[in-house]
This record gives sequence, C-alpha cells and structure tokens, in this order.
Amino acid sequence: MLLSRAARVERPAALALTRAFSTGRVHGGLKDEDRIFTNLYCDGSPFLDGAMKRGDWYRTKDLVQLGPERIIGEIKRSGLRGRGGAGFPSGLKWSFMPKNNTDKPQYLVVNADESEPGTCKDREIMRHDPHKLIEGCLVAGSAMRANAAYIYIRGEFVYEAAVLERAVAEAYKAGLLGKNACGSGIDFDVHVHRGGGAYICGEETGLIESLEGKTGKPRLKPPFPANAGLYGCPTTVTNVETVAVSPTILRRGGDWFASFGRKNNSGTKLFCISGHVNNPITVEEEMSIPLRELLEKHCGGVRGGWDNLLAVIPGGSSVPVMTKAVCDDVLMDFDALKEVGSGLGTAAVTVFDKSTDIVAAIGRLSKFYAHESCGQCTPCREGTTWMNKIMDRMVTGDAKLEEIDMLYEISQQIEGHTICALGDAAAWPVQGLIRAFRPEMEARIMKKAAGKL
Amino acid sequence: MLAALQARAAATARPGRVSLQLLHKGARGVRSSDARASSAVQPAQPSQPAAVSAVVQLDEAGFAVLPKELPSMRGVDFKQELDPRYAETIEVIIDGHPVQVQKGSSLIQACEQVGIQVPRFCYHERLSVAGNCRMCLVEIEKAPKPVAACAMPAAPGMKVFTNSPIVKKAREGVMEFLLANHPLDCPICDQGGECDLQDQSLFFGSDRGRTTESRRGVEDKNLGPLVKTVMTRCIHCTRCVRFATEVAGVDELGTVGRGNAMEIGTYVERMLDSEISGNIVDLCPVGALTSKPYAFTARPWELRSVESIDVLDGYGSNIRVDTRGGEVMRILPRLNEDINEEWISDKTRFAYDGLKRQRLDTPLIRPDPEMPLQPATWKDALTLVAQKFKATPGARIGAFAGPLADVESMLALKDLCNAFDSEAIHCDVPAGPLADCRAAYTLGSTIAGVEEADAVLLLSTDLKREAPLLNARLRRRVYHDGVRVASVGPRVPLTYEYEHLGDSVSQLLELANGTHPFCKVLAGAQRPLVLVGTGAYERTDARGVAWAVQKLVTSVPALIQDGWLGFGTVQPTAAAVGALDLGLTPLASSAAAGVGASDGAIAEPLGLVYLLGYDSIDLDRLSPDAFVVYQGHHGDVGAETADVVLPGSAYTEKVGTYANMEGRAQRTARAVSPPGEARDDWKILRAISELAGKPLPYAGVDGIRERLAAVAPQLADGTESIHAVSPDIAKAMLAVRASDKFDFDTKTPFASCIDNFYMTDAISRASTTMASCTKAFAK
Repeated sequence: MLLSRAARVERPAALALTRAFSTGRVHGGLKDEDRIFTNLYCDGSPFLDGAMKRGDWYRTKDLVQLGPERIIGEIKRSGLRGRGGAGFPSGLKWSFMPKNNTDKPQYLVVNADESEPGTCKDREIMRHDPHKLIEGCLVAGSAMRANAAYIYIRGEFVYEAAVLERAVAEAYKAGLLGKNACGSGIDFDVHVHRGGGAYICGEETGLIESLEGKTGKPRLKPPFPANAGLYGCPTTVTNVETVAVSPTILRRGGDWFASFGRKNNSGTKLFCISGHVNNPITVEEEMSIPLRELLEKHCGGVRGGWDNLLAVIPGGSSVPVMTKAVCDDVLMDFDALKEVGSGLGTAAVTVFDKSTDIVAAIGRLSKFYAHESCGQCTPCREGTTWMNKIMDRMVTGDAKLEEIDMLYEISQQIEGHTICALGDAAAWPVQGLIRAFRPEMEARIMKKAAGKL
Repeated sequence: MLAALQARAAATARPGRVSLQLLHKGARGVRSSDARASSAVQPAQPSQPAAVSAVVQLDEAGFAVLPKELPSMRGVDFKQELDPRYAETIEVIIDGHPVQVQKGSSLIQACEQVGIQVPRFCYHERLSVAGNCRMCLVEIEKAPKPVAACAMPAAPGMKVFTNSPIVKKAREGVMEFLLANHPLDCPICDQGGECDLQDQSLFFGSDRGRTTESRRGVEDKNLGPLVKTVMTRCIHCTRCVRFATEVAGVDELGTVGRGNAMEIGTYVERMLDSEISGNIVDLCPVGALTSKPYAFTARPWELRSVESIDVLDGYGSNIRVDTRGGEVMRILPRLNEDINEEWISDKTRFAYDGLKRQRLDTPLIRPDPEMPLQPATWKDALTLVAQKFKATPGARIGAFAGPLADVESMLALKDLCNAFDSEAIHCDVPAGPLADCRAAYTLGSTIAGVEEADAVLLLSTDLKREAPLLNARLRRRVYHDGVRVASVGPRVPLTYEYEHLGDSVSQLLELANGTHPFCKVLAGAQRPLVLVGTGAYERTDARGVAWAVQKLVTSVPALIQDGWLGFGTVQPTAAAVGALDLGLTPLASSAAAGVGASDGAIAEPLGLVYLLGYDSIDLDRLSPDAFVVYQGHHGDVGAETADVVLPGSAYTEKVGTYANMEGRAQRTARAVSPPGEARDDWKILRAISELAGKPLPYAGVDGIRERLAAVAPQLADGTESIHAVSPDIAKAMLAVRASDKFDFDTKTPFASCIDNFYMTDAISRASTTMASCTKAFAK
C-alpha cells in the first residue's frame, strides 16, 4: 500500500457546496488505488525497475495493438481533456491526425516546456515517473499513427532532462522503444530535445519552430499542426500529463477515468499548490474537488487560516485572480472556474493571503508577460509592455484613476487579436485584477494623490 | 480563356443563388424578377430598350441567364485575368454581398478581387505571409475572434465582415499599439506623404493618442550606402526581412531580441550586400528604411512622375522617374509582370545622380591636338564634322555605338555612315559569331519564361551581377520547384545552390559532345534552358566557343521546340539587341575594339572615328591622325579623346527605343530637358547629314520610326511585345558542322562580362552613389 505525502494529511469534514455547479456528490478524496502517478514523491525508483513494479510497461504491446481507433475511442470515452491549459478534448485532438498519409512521417510532440509560473506538475512526472511519459508516448503516438515522439523539455529542467534521457535509454535497451517497440510490430522512436528556456516555446507552434531550430515565434493557424506541423509534417503537440495518463486510462478503462469529477471535467488531475499555504505541494486529486478542500486537505490550509485568504489564482499565472468570496465554494474544474470568470489552466493554484500586495503581485505577472512576449505581432509586443508600464505605476499609486479603465481597454485590445494565446494570457490577469480588486487600486491612487503613501 | 471560365462559373451557380447575386449588383445588375418580366415580352415589342432585351434571356427553368461577367462591388470591375491555376471560383459573402472569388485566395486577396481594400502592413503579394501586424483583422461569422485576412484562406460560403464594429475596434486597437512606440517624427521623415502608417492611421486610427509612456528608442543600423535606417520608426512588419531572405537570397537581415526589445537588424554588424537591396525601401511601409541618396531632397507631393524604362543594363526594367524642376530626384520601379515585376536593381534605382555630373552640355572642339577642348557653337561643330565626313573616304570612316545608344540614333548613325560608303558601324556587343541569329543573341525563353525552365545551364555568366532580377527569378524557381542549375564559368555566389561544373572550355566541349553527366539532366528536362553570358565571346577563341555552344544547343532537342526556345544570351547592355537587330557589326573581341575592324582583320587605319556614346576605345590602337567625334552625354573616356564633342541626351531626357535582352522593344520617356545645349541624339546625326550634303530621308520622329519599321519592324511597333523566333529558323541558324576544327584556349577561364556591377556605363561611372557602393561592396 502506497502512502502519499498527501494522504498523511488529516482529512477535514466535507464542505457544503452552495453554488449552481454543485452536483450533489462531493468530489475529492481520491483514494490511493485510484492514483495514476504513484511515484509522485519519489518513494520508489523513477527508473525502469521501479516503473515495472508500479505496473508501467505491463502488456504495453496489447495496448498498442488495440489500434488507433480503439485507443482514441477509449480516450474519448474517458473524457480526458488536455492538461496543458486549454482543456481541449484529447481524443478528438488525436483523431485530427491524417489516417491515410503515406508520403510524410507523422509526429507526436510532447510539450514538456513547463514554464507557466506556479506550475510544477510535469516536472514531477519527468523526474519521478518518466516511464509513465515514455510509455504514454508510445501508446498515444501509435494512436496518432506517429512515427516518432519528440519530448521538448524546458532548458532549465537539467535534472529532469537527465532522468528522462536515462529512462529513454533504458526503454530502448529493454526493447520497449525503437524497432518493433514492445514487440508490437511498430517502430517508434522517442527523442528528448532540450529547449533554450523561453516561455513562448511552450506555445504549440512556437515549440515546433524552436524544435526546428528557429526562434520560437508562434505560427499562424491555419494550417494547424495536425496538417502541417513539425518539418511540415502532421504533428500533434500535447502536454506531458495528458500523454502520461493515457496508458493507465487504457489499462483501467475510459469509464474508470470518467467516474471522477463532474461531467465533461472527468478524471484525476495533478494540482500544484504554491503561495501562502502551510504546505505547498503537487498532488493528484479528483477533478471538481472544491478549492477549499484541496487547500485544507493537502496543503495544511491557508497560512493564518481560511479567513486570512485574500485571493487565489487557480490555474497558473495566465488565468484571472479570484477573491475569497469566490474561493469559498468554487470547484476545481474547467467549467466551474470558467463560470466564475477564471479558468483551470494548468491547475497551478497560487494562494495569496492578506499580507499580499495584490496589485504588485499581478504587476509582476505583467512584467513576466512583457518579458516573454516574442515580439512578433503588434498587440502583444506593444500591449504587454504598455500594460507593464501602467501596472508599475499602479503599484506605486502614480497612475490616474481613469487609467484603470484605459488599462482594461488596452487588455481587451490585446485579447483575441494576437497570433497566439500569449496575448490573452497577458490580458487576463490584469482584467481579473481590475474586476476583483478595483477598489484596492483606486484607494492606492487616491492615497498617493493625497500624499499619504 | 476568361470568358470560358466565367461561363463555367455561371453554369455551376444554382439558379436560386443567381438571383441573389444579381440583387446585390445594384444598378448595373439585373433583378431576376425584372428579367423574367422583360423576357416574357417577346422581342417583337419595339418599346423595350434593345440593350435589355438583348442581355436578358431565360433558361429552360425560367430563370434569367447570367450575364457573362463576374459580380463586382462598389462599381469596381473584376477585370483581373484569372490565373489558370486558380481557375475555379468559390462564393464568399463579403459584407453581405455574395461574390465569386478565385479558389485558393486568402481573404485579403478575395476582398481585393472585389475591390475592397483591407488595411495591412506586413502583407505583400510577393512575399510569404507573416500575419504579424494584425492590421488586416476581419470578422468571420461564427469565429470566436477576429482573424487575420492575409492568412485565412477563403472557404465557400464564408461570411466575412470587413467593416463591422468588432473589426473597426480591432483596427483602431492595433493602430494605437503601432503608434505607441512610433516616434511620430513625420515632419522630418522622408516617408512623409507616402507613408502607409500615416494614411492608415488617418483612416482607421483614433483621433487621439492615450500613451504617456516614454517611447522606445532603437539604434540605427548601417545597411550600407543605399538604405538609410531610422529604426525607431520600425513597426516590425518584417517585409524587409522576408524580401532579403526570399527574393534577394541574402540572410543578413533578421529579427533579434524579443518582445518590445525586438529589432530588425543584421545579426552581426554587416551591410546588406545585394544588387537588389534598394527594394526594401519601397517595401518598408514606414520611414524606417528610406533611400540614403534621396534623403531630405524632396517631398512626394513636389514631384512629377514620368513612366519610363531603365537602360543601365539589358534587362529593360520599367521605371518611374520622379522629377522636380528639371532635375531627376529619384527612380522607382513600375509594375511589369513580364520583366521586373515590381523590383529594380540598385544600379537602376540609385545611379540617377550620375545624370547630373560630368555632363556634356555644349559642343566642344579641339583646335589643335595638343590643346584642350574649347566650347564651340553647334554650327561650327557640326560643320567641322560634316567636312570630315565629306573629306574621308568611306573605307576609312568607322562608327561605334556605346551601351546606352537608343535604336533611333543607331539607325541614324548607320544611315549616315552608309551614305558615305562606310559599312564599319560597330556596336559594343561581343556576341560576335552569333550576331546573325536573333534566337542566339536574345533570351529566347523570355524573362518570365525562365520560371518555366526545369534544368538550367549557365555559361560564362555571373547572373547575380549581370542580371540580378533574372537571377532572382531563377532563384525562385530553384527554391520552389527544386530546379537543377549548373554553371560553367566563374564560381560566384548566386544566392542559391548550383552545380559548378568548372570554368574551362574543356567542360563546355564535354557538354557539347554529350559526354558530360549534366547532358543527361538537360536531355531529361521538358524545358531545359541554356543561358550564355557575353563573357563567353570576349575571348580569343570566341568562334570556337560559339561553335561549341551551337553544337550543345542543337544536340538537346527539347531546347528548341514549339513554344520553347531554351537558348539565350544574357545581354548586359540596353543597346545590344537593338544594335544587332539593326545589323550593326559586333566587335568580335576586345582586342579588335581599338581599330574597329571587325573580326580581328586589321583594315586600313580609320581616318574618321565616330563614337556614339562609346567609351571603350583602345587609344593605343587608334591611328594618330584619326579624327575622333564623340557624341554622348557624359564626359567619359570617349569624350577625352575626341576632337569634336557633340552633347547628346541621356535616357531620361529623350524618347528612345531600346530592346531588352529578350528582344522586347520599349521606349523611354522624356522626364527632363537635356542640360545646356544638348540635343536629341538622332537629330544631331540628321543635322550632320544635312550639312554634309547627303540629308537622311527623315526629318521628324514619325519619319525615323517609319524608317525603323522598314529595317527592323520588331523594334518599331510600340506594343512592347516580343517577336519570337520560330523554332525552325532557330534550328537552321544554329546548325553547325561537327567536322569544324577550332583552336581552344583551355587555359583562360570563362569569366563574367562585368567585373563591377555598380559601374558599367558612363552614367553609373559618374554617380557618386555608385562610387560609394563600389567602395563598399565591389570585391
């Protein structure tokens, strides 16, 4: 029996839910036997011997030989949605790959460029359970009729890359990859490629550009990567977690996976909780778990108690911030968070207690996006920097009151007008701040104007 | 072709749709109900307007038969010839109007086809799509957010809005962002008045700016003596980067840095070494890249534009000459898909300052061989020349036409010399042995036809310098279609990969004998192409080389076939083809250039040498008692040696016919007046004939054109079309006896006919801009 660090935390009483998204059943409390990532805290060896013990690579041949249609069918049944942030249904995405393509190779590209501030889930997978990912590459890759998988790993993940490379070498040595991988009759290669460390290279087409050796500037869509991706060949770019969970879904069945979480938000999910909690952690939990339960059960609660909570960013730096009133009863899944004007994103929960200068916190995010904008398209290049400059003045209170509205308008001028989603990602935190903490911003400006700051 | 396509489009449209389209055509269209009503009335009804009853007909189902034209909007006709590749049309609904657009168009092209201009900065028809300026955002029904019209393919039934509130808001937003870091220094910016950013901010921008932040400053880049940079003005459209990489084939430009710190730059401190770099000045939508020589000299609204053609190389680029107060201020390209598309070379664009320096503006006479030239009156100068013509026996009169001579003056020169029994009228073309065969001295494939070739052999040419735009076309062919190019000649960078087979006659002979491996490539090609540089004939063994070339050409059947003449000479001068068409004698080799006896045979020393803009005279071989007349516009080498100088006009100052390397006759236009007392060239020659007592039989421009039509009709019709040589004639003319034996010089490598692209003629030699380019780039 495996005891995770999370399980050692005492479980509080189930919380009553009052919002419209309540389904009657209280989600959460994922049992150890339902965990997919059983070595998240490196209790066993991350390498092949440990992985085999945990059940990885068990009859992978049979999984592969299910064939693309049945694999994709099972993934569709599981309701798995992409774990990289956008939450696009994975089965559907995989099915976009050409089926009768004979003249070009097809690729699976695994996006391991985990750079979203607050997010640290793929990192745990890669350093503690790399074989889950590698086996996932083979299974998902065969479902997409891919000839090879490229794992594009963030440059800063030096240790993780080393572990991953060793794991890949082990898999090749054991005949799990390469020619006739796992005896399945298909040839499949996995390459690990280390990135240079730019946030924008985590964008799917920016990543492809970077993988091709160019500067990581996102491409225009259409054409979508499924038609013309890496080296102009059909390509699917997926997140590490999405790929890594797929063998377990196939082993235990789509229905098993779908039994977790609310409808359309099914499955288990890695949550990375950071910030002002007593015990920051990355933990696998059921989708649709109430935020409060997530924090109190696994993280030892908010620093200074729940009433000391100021705000939460529930899905990585690019989703809007939520006030405590919303946090009280919100569920952690795609639809519930969308409903309250935020998003699940990468499920990187950043918690702010009342000691936080929230304007400065969001201002720091603006600085991050201004720094990480690739500079290719106008709204993002000019807008992120402009927002950053205004936010800097908001932090010190040197702005004018009417600039708050202007800031909101500028963020809207960026949103939806750019080539990739970085523009949106830069706009949303600022919009969230203005929606949730406008009085805070106004008070500061007025205080400064009155000479009291 | 067009009619057939339209008929097909009409036939495929369903009747219900048809009536809808017609409804939206406004006044020019016919409502289907009206159509039915009017056609119910039989033609017997005399009161019915004849036009309507003639146009409207019913089909079997009772619907109006579509007029044979495509629907158009806003009164703009869709007249563009359909590209056969996109022959099919699809229906798109733009701003509520159903319109037919070419299949495969992007939305921005679709809008253009029906006369709607979508604002853009980064999009350019001839460059790849970048989609980064976001100015062309349009709304598509059911799309969650606005899309870039330049990158979105038009799909059947797509509903596009180019003027909705969302689109207007998006444009205004993008405009505000573009201006947020733009210095707004329009009063001191050369782009002012013809700036896309100015125009579009007027139309689509807000009436005030909101930014109070300090603006970005960017260090200017040194791109060389031609392109001035003010990089703070840059809006990062990357047109220049894409032009440099895709068309010019130089990788020096790129974007460095990211986010707001992104800059256009050369990765390392480096100048832009390309013969066509000046085009990025035209491409730049703002004032970031402007013309260095033109800087601060004029404003666009002060300029008067004249459409003309360029004569500084053999390419015949179409240009626009902008003048102010009798001075050429700048030269810009003019669209001609068959020749230069919309590019011109740097020499064409920047050598114009040579027109203002070293000019001959008054007749000059050298009273004594030891004395300098003295200003004289036209009467004295012409009388003196006429006397010499009368006094010199015909066999001792020799004339030489230079690289900038127009067809009319060469014809007058020939007629004048012929009138005095001289046949020694030479032109500055080394195409000696093949001078009788038009198929050999022109570019048989035509310039645009180069893009149909599927295997190319270059002989003794540095195409990048001899014809940079032709090279750019070939580059496109290599890059897009993987065409194989091989070269026997100088090993020079051509901006694309080619097989360098060697630089000696031995390789040519192997090719001619069919023993070289590349012969298989040529034989296997559908449309092979052999391009010969005139450097191949500037050799002592020119006759042998010509024989080998002919043998090679006749041994590959596909080179000369119906509709394809895959053999041609890259003529480096504008006068060459015209001169050969008129029957002027080419100089067989540079060795013979001095005395003017053709084909190396030394005849009696010349007593009267008439130089028509000819500056390559070999002084050492000139007889000391020869009387030299120089007629031309620049005080170059020729004028220095002359006993009499007659000032003529340059190409911007006269209406002259020039045939380019493909044999296309085009006319220059008079943009400014010749300086001082300079005159039209052919008129000077006509005046000499008058004074010499043997007047030429034409007095006006019509007369000389009539005469031209008689001797060389292909130059006179003024339609700018090419008179193709028939394959049978070409084959017959190029046939050689295999048994002929020649002495070949295998030691001397094949070389290009020019060594400095920037200085090839009197005008570019006088240009300070070209001098600084020579200093910066010429190796």
